[in-house]
Order: sequence, then C-alpha cells, then structure tokens
Amino acid sequence: MNAPQPMTLKKPAAPNVPGSATGAVNRARWLRNALPAISLVVLLVTIFIMQPRAMSYMGMNLMLNLAVPIALATIAQMLIITVNDLDLSLGSFISFVACVAATLLNDHPLLGCLVLVGCIGVYALLGALIHSRRLPAIVVTLGMSFIWVGGAVLLLPAPGGSAPQWLQALVKIKTPVLPFAIVVCVVLAVAVHLFLMRSRFGVVLRGAGGNPLAMAKAGWSLLRIKVTLYALAGGFGVLSGLFLVGLTTSADANMALRYTLLSIAGVILGGGEFTGGRVSPVGAVLGALTLVLAGSLLSFIRISPDWQIGAQGAILILVLALRTAVNRLEVRPV
Amino acid sequence: MTVTQAALVDLKGVGKRFGAVRALNDVDLMFHSGECLGLIGHNGAGKSTLMHILAGTLGADSGAVLMGGADVRSGYSVQVARQHGIRCVFQELSLCPNLTVAENTRLMCPGLRGFGWRCKAGALIVATLDSIFPGHGISPGDVVADLPIGQRQMVEIARAFTCVDEHLALVILDEPTSSLDARVAEQLLRHVRRYVESGGCVVLISHILGEMLATCDRIAVMSDGCVVEVRAASAFTHASLVECMGTVSKPQDQAQAFISRRNGQAPVVEQLPARQQNGQMVAAWPGEIVGLAGLAGQGQSQLLVQLLRERVASGQRVAMVAGDRQTDGVFSLWSIAENITISSLAALRHGVLIDPQAEQAMAAKWQQRMNIRTQDMNNPILSLSGGNQQKALFARALASDSELILMDDPMRGVDVGTKREVYAIIKEEAARGRTFIWYSTELEELNHCDHIYVFRNGQAVADMPRNELSEAQILRSSFQEEVA
Repeated sequence: MNAPQPMTLKKPAAPNVPGSATGAVNRARWLRNALPAISLVVLLVTIFIMQPRAMSYMGMNLMLNLAVPIALATIAQMLIITVNDLDLSLGSFISFVACVAATLLNDHPLLGCLVLVGCIGVYALLGALIHSRRLPAIVVTLGMSFIWVGGAVLLLPAPGGSAPQWLQALVKIKTPVLPFAIVVCVVLAVAVHLFLMRSRFGVVLRGAGGNPLAMAKAGWSLLRIKVTLYALAGGFGVLSGLFLVGLTTSADANMALRYTLLSIAGVILGGGEFTGGRVSPVGAVLGALTLVLAGSLLSFIRISPDWQIGAQGAILILVLALRTAVNRLEVRPV
Repeated sequence: MTVTQAALVDLKGVGKRFGAVRALNDVDLMFHSGECLGLIGHNGAGKSTLMHILAGTLGADSGAVLMGGADVRSGYSVQVARQHGIRCVFQELSLCPNLTVAENTRLMCPGLRGFGWRCKAGALIVATLDSIFPGHGISPGDVVADLPIGQRQMVEIARAFTCVDEHLALVILDEPTSSLDARVAEQLLRHVRRYVESGGCVVLISHILGEMLATCDRIAVMSDGCVVEVRAASAFTHASLVECMGTVSKPQDQAQAFISRRNGQAPVVEQLPARQQNGQMVAAWPGEIVGLAGLAGQGQSQLLVQLLRERVASGQRVAMVAGDRQTDGVFSLWSIAENITISSLAALRHGVLIDPQAEQAMAAKWQQRMNIRTQDMNNPILSLSGGNQQKALFARALASDSELILMDDPMRGVDVGTKREVYAIIKEEAARGRTFIWYSTELEELNHCDHIYVFRNGQAVADMPRNELSEAQILRSSFQEEVA
C-alpha cells in the first residue's frame, strides 16, 4: 500500500467478552423469566397458608374459574403488544362477543357464528388500517371501544340473555386430577408458546416488533404481519368472550370492561415489554393467573371490597418494582 | 476480467429525487462478477441511496436497471433483488434485537424450514461466522440485544453471506468496518477477497481509504448524486481519491508549535476513572483539547458519562456530543432547529416562554457556522444526511454556554470533508477558552488534541502531551497486555 492508511483502533470484540459479564446477563435474564412464576407461587403459598381448604380440586376450581377468560384476553393483548401496539378496545370487544353469544348465537346459531367470524375480520381490518394509514393503535382502538360497547348495548339493552347450553356445558367440564381452568391455561400457554416463540412464522411476527424497518428491508410484508396478529388477537378475544359468557350464563354490555387494563397488566406482569417485540406467552398466562389470585387473596385476608382494587394495584406495583430491580441487574456491568 | 463478459447488473442513467432534492442524477454503473467495486464519496453524495435502489428498498425515478440484459426497473423490489442474488448489509443495523442470532438468520433465509429449523439456522450462521471471523465467540442462541455492537455487525455480515437453496451473486457492504476493530475488519476484507475470487461480486462502501485501495478492484467516486470517476483501484492513490471526492487534501499542519496550557491555573476537570487503580487522574485545563485514546470500549465512554453525571448533579454546565446519534443523539421527530436549540433553552427565554425568534436566529447562526446543508432549518432532522445530522449535534453542544464539551467518538461514519470542517471549529472554540474531552477511535484525530490519555481495561495507562505523541506509543500502550 502506497498511501498512508488512517489507522482505526477498535476493541477486538470477540475474544474479550468477559465470561462473568455474560454470566450476569444470563442470570438476570433467567431471573426475569422466572419472576412471573415466582410471584404466582408466592401468592399461591400465601393463599394456602391463609386458607388451607383452597388447596383442593374444588378450591382451585373456584378460585381460577374466571382466570381462563382473563388469560385468553391477556394472550390477545400480548399479540397486539408484539408489534408495539396497544388494544384499548379489548374489554368492550369481549363484552360485545359475550352479548352476541348470549343473544344471537343462542337464537340463530348460524347468524351468531357469522357475526363472531365478522368480528375477527374487523380486527384484521383494524390491523390493516393502522398499518397502512400509520395511525396510532391506541387512538383507533379507543374509538373502537365505543363502537363495541354501543353494539353490545344495542344487542342487550339490559343485562340478560342466555348462553347456549353447549357453551355452558363446555366450560364446566370436569377434568380428572387438575381443574379444567388449569388444564386450559396450560394448553393455552404451551400452544401459544410453540407458535409464537418456536415456530418459523412466530419468529417473523416477533421480528416485526423488534425492528420493523429491517423486516421491511428483508422483504417481509409488515401489512401481512400486522393483519395476522390483529386477526389472531381478535380470535383470542372471541374465545375469551365465549368462555366468559359460558361461565356467567348471561351477559351484560359492560361485563368485561376491566379486561382491557387487566390484560395489559397481565402481559407486563408476565415479563413482556410495551415495545421491542419482547413478549412471553407463558409469562402472560402466569401474569393473568397472578392477577386473579391477587383478588382471591385479598378476599381471604378480609380486605373490604372498597379497598380491594387499590390493594390489587399495590400488588401490581410491587411485582413491577421487582421487575425493574431485576432489569437493572441485566444492564451490562461496565 | 474480459471486456465481453456481461455485467451482472448494469445501471443506466438512474435518477432519484426526494422532493426537491436530487439525490441521484444520471448514474451509470456496472457490476461484474468476480469483482469488488468500491464506492466512495461524501456523506450525502448518494452512495447509500444508490445501494438502496440496487437492493430494491427504494425505487428509481428514471433510468434503467439492467439484469442479464433485461430492464427490471419497473416492479423492482426487495424480492426481485433477492431472486437475482442481491443482498445488502445496510449502514444502520438491521437485526431484530429481540431475537436470537439463529432466529435472525431465519428471517433472511426462507429456505430454512421443517422440524429443527432452529438448529439448522444456528449451524449455518456459526459456520459462516467461523469462515469469516474465526474466533468470533458468538453462539446461535445469543439474543442480539445482548451482543456488543461489533458482534452484531459480524452477525449481520455473516447473515448476508449465508444462503439456503438460493443463489448469491452480489453483496453490498455499506460501511461494514465502521463498528469493527482493526483485526476483525481485516478478517472481513480478506473474506471479501476470497469471495470475489470465487466469482462473487461485492460492493464495498467505506470512508477508510486505505482499506478501499487495498480491497477493491475498481473504485467509483460519487459526488453530489453523480458518479464522477470510475477507475481501477490501482490507478488511484490516497491523495487522488480524496481529490476526486472534491475535498482538498492538505498535509497536516504539524508545524504549528505545541504550547502546553497546563500552567499555573487550576484544571477544569480532574476525574478518576471508575476502575483506575493507581490514582492516575484524567485532567483538562481551560482551552485544552484532551484526547482519550485506546481500543474501542476500554472505558473511555464510561469516563465521559461519569463526568457528565457528576457535572450535571453538581449543577455545572456541560455538553456532550454523542457518537451513536440514533440512540443518544437526535430527537428524530423534531426539526433541525429544535435539535440544535434544546441545550440552550434557558438563554432563549422570553419571560417564562421560549422566544421563537431567538430560537430561529440561533438555528440560522449555527447553520451558517457549521455549514449544515439544508434549505430550511425547520425540516425534520432526519431529512439531513448522516454527516449533517452530526454537525447539528455539534452545533447543539457548541451553542450551549457550556465551558466543557465531551465528545464520544463523534466522527463515526462521517466523511473526510465534514470532519475537517468540524476540526477547525473545535480548534477555534478551544482557542476561546472552551475545554474539550474527545474520545476517538481514529488515531489521526488525536493529532488535534493537546493532551492524550490512552485507556486500557477501564484505566488510563498512558498520559502524553501532543509533542510526545506517536502512533507507536499509543499502540504500545493500548496493546501492552496482549503483546507481553
């Protein structure tokens, strides 16, 4: 070389990674992934100490009965959060589905099914709209929440209706050894985990949350990814509504409004992040269970219902504070 | 290379406009198999735009993109480019940080399918990494967010060279070495030569002239959206390349006598690096430019952050110019003017509100001073080219009333012309009594410093004034352990 070469000095990256630092990062990641499970176990143990009779088939069934719709809603929310969006209409959507199930699905099964499939279609369209018009998902879904509630009130102006018999029977299946709710939650967590975290397609979906620009440059259609995730979220929303109305047997236009926030809290409790495609289906289901059990625990320690919501919030803050502490461990030591 | 050999890709009269700005103007360029084509030019000369067009992420407005004799310009897309075996490693990293190395590989290789695709992807990427960067230390299960930037770049490069049931004809490497250290960069350039000799085509973009001259067969020089010169690399020299780019290559004015500013006064800064064991302080006196040298990631940035935190906590004025401008630098949704004035809002106040006229005036002043190339300072910051964004960040720091300015390797991926302009302004500001602490990974830049500390393992291991500065001395201090 005849030219003077500007010399650059950069750290030889590969051989110098200190083993202890990667070890610490791994440990912090492990702790973070284990945190939802640990909080759930701590909660369960506390409940069992307070109320040993809860430690039975019957007790678990009673406590976790309402956990399944919440777990399904949490999974739906998690799919939306995967692409860095947030669905504020989920609770009203689930109420709407419950109303459809308690009226149309019962009286005209075919029409009811069509409406439910249409709901999933609406979710897919929402995904397309949000992507192609670059609209903030929060605003669009906030608007949609009023539409869903409106639709639900039109269908069922006063609480009532009746869930189809087959639906009521389905959600009350008695499974051997473990209560049905637990079986459903386990199947749900494992199935979504396999799909989203292990399959080739799931990787593409999560990649779109991690670095959408790079995905577009690599030739993937972000539109298709968003439509898929929104449609899936709609599908889980429908399942959640059906399960809920099966348990309650009748519906009410406002019955699931709090699911919006519960589902978001569940995803975050389960180790998910609002941005960056970092989600965990198993964690999300555990998070949903934790939220439900937190409610039961508060009843067991006889906290008056006036204070329960506040106390539930306090439990949430406690777990999230722990998360933040663990995240701090994860910051690479200098 | 025979003359009769058909070109792999032939760009004819390609043009591209972004609004009123003409990014590319009638570009003619041929790409042949078995050849490494270098592409060089200012930031904003249109290199990246041209490569985006070749990779299919941007469509050309005019001209023809000939592949195998047929014009594929209309309907050209990333998919079409990939069918023709064109892959691109873009300047900005395009890995998904939330996925593992193996999963990222899968995103690029649709051919990976079936049960156990994860293992196959992992084995593939590791094999490619092994062949390009022996001793890389990356495992396929690593989550990309946990990898340091150098390793991410290695994964990204290896991924472009990995293919399953696909044909690979042309790889575009846009500034691949800017976040790699010298040893790894050399491994990469050796691999480029091997790949080219086996019949592939590589387009290499780099600001490091030495590696361009040593690696490329042919070099195309771009300036203002045009290809101004295409020659065999052997027909270029360091000086003639710089000349073609349109900046004047001046020999360093080393003659300027070195006057130490370390006289009776008290230093502005006296800081002990967090991991320093022998009590060696890093100090800076008023009007001094202090350089932090050594290999990348040896604790220089940490020292700057430590200084910044302590100064902010104790209420002293300080400004920092970030090197990683996308993460630490720009407010990407704000205008250029807002990005510049954010550090000086206290001075722009009119009562309790910000005076918009004063804000505009400050922006206009710094546009002129830094020569920021834009028609309107109210344009969004991202409308600027990388080098000009960096100038805006310098303007932000210099426009503030801080006496101490910290610079965290701010010249990464900035072209030679812009660098010279900024060096001159830094010297001017230092002469007015401002103090600069400048972490740089480029040895050339240390020539502008009055005093240099060399870092190794988080500690300042050498301390030398400019008149004692020598490349050998810095290298010796940076590498001591490895050599012994």
